[in-house]
Amino acid sequence: MAGELVLLDFWPSPFGMRSRIALAEKGIPYEYREEDLRNKSDLLLQMNPVHKKIPVLIHNGKPVCESVIQVQYIDEVWHDKAPLIPSDPYQRAVARFWVDFIDKKIYELGSKIWKTKGEEQANAKKEFIECLKLLEGELGDKTYFGGESLGYVDVALVPFYSWFYAYEKCGDFSIEAECPKMIAWVKRCMQKESVAKSLPDQEKVYEFILQLKKVFGSE
Amino acid sequence: MAVVELFGTWFSPYAYRVIWALKLKGISYEYIEEDIRNKSPLLLQYNPIHKKVPVLVHDGKPICESTVILQYIDEIWPQNPLLPADPYDRAVALFWIKFADDKVYLMSKLYQADGEEQRAAVKEWLEMLEVMEENALIGGKKFFGGDEINMVDIAFSFVAHWLGVLEDVVGLEIFEPHKFPRVSSWIQNFKSIPLIKENLPDADKMSAFSKHGREMMLASKSN
Repeated sequence: MAGELVLLDFWPSPFGMRSRIALAEKGIPYEYREEDLRNKSDLLLQMNPVHKKIPVLIHNGKPVCESVIQVQYIDEVWHDKAPLIPSDPYQRAVARFWVDFIDKKIYELGSKIWKTKGEEQANAKKEFIECLKLLEGELGDKTYFGGESLGYVDVALVPFYSWFYAYEKCGDFSIEAECPKMIAWVKRCMQKESVAKSLPDQEKVYEFILQLKKVFGSE
Repeated sequence: MAVVELFGTWFSPYAYRVIWALKLKGISYEYIEEDIRNKSPLLLQYNPIHKKVPVLVHDGKPICESTVILQYIDEIWPQNPLLPADPYDRAVALFWIKFADDKVYLMSKLYQADGEEQRAAVKEWLEMLEVMEENALIGGKKFFGGDEINMVDIAFSFVAHWLGVLEDVVGLEIFEPHKFPRVSSWIQNFKSIPLIKENLPDADKMSAFSKHGREMMLASKSN
């Protein structure tokens, strides 16, 4: 069942982190391969010819692309340990809805926060906080979005925490001040080894963003 | 028996995805037509985040986002499955569904564009169609789903019917059948299925409706 498992990834990618967390939660050994996105490997181009993007999960030589699909695949194949996706179909639909929401909103708005200035940045910050508040509403009083254990939505969202410091520095605001429940949830997640080991240091991400800003010329 | 309700609009490709899935599985449902410019309080209550159609309500519980709805329908009513049973094949199907979902925005991008923006939108459409052409009907299959349609075919349906309407509205031929023979065959196969053929919004009606909307939109853009 385990077979050969390779993850083509890039250390600051929140999408790659999702698969890292899922694999760690289930204790599945795999080979992590760092890609240089300015010089993509032949393997990456061969395994994801349509998008040429990471992460790519290669299981017994066959590629699974798109982080959300990878997490679902991992959960289905290694279903006996640490289930991530709810077993009830309605709860599953609710979880998929929120993962879709995160995918549509969080990355794009976060990118606008560090890439832009002035009014565009202000609007992005406002909408970003609104989205986090909606997610706080969905979390409610639960320990995790998945209830008592880490679930699909937790795995999809928590990687973005590694970018929060960069967003805050670039946007000159405090996410914790606006969304304390969200940060409290993050801290609970970070107590889990699977999460803590899968997320890079926030300061490292910030340095990376600063380098990107120079390239984009927005400094 | 549990009540199934579907909130949609007569021209929405997303609503039709759900209609086809329900009909394929023989599920009776009540259809509620929404006026996009005057959304009902019920719709806003069922989909407060996006305030959009389609929304499926099953036993009073709302499910939003067409692809989420399709997966829910497939799981609750397993007859005539819309996704492969094997986890790897299912991951591949979901990849193509996401690809299609990520490209539907090209409909409104082209609709809203003129001049340079229009050229850019057409280029993106052609790139998308080329990817579809390379990956459609491999190994002599009739559909993405094999001998029968599945969720991937349903996801690409906007190319089969709505693209033609859009071409008429903007006055451009983007899809040249001889350039995309496999996609062309797939479109013919897809639209020949009685269930699909009998459940499509009228192209002329959509065209007239969209042309009017586009004229107004472009006029206000240039003001």
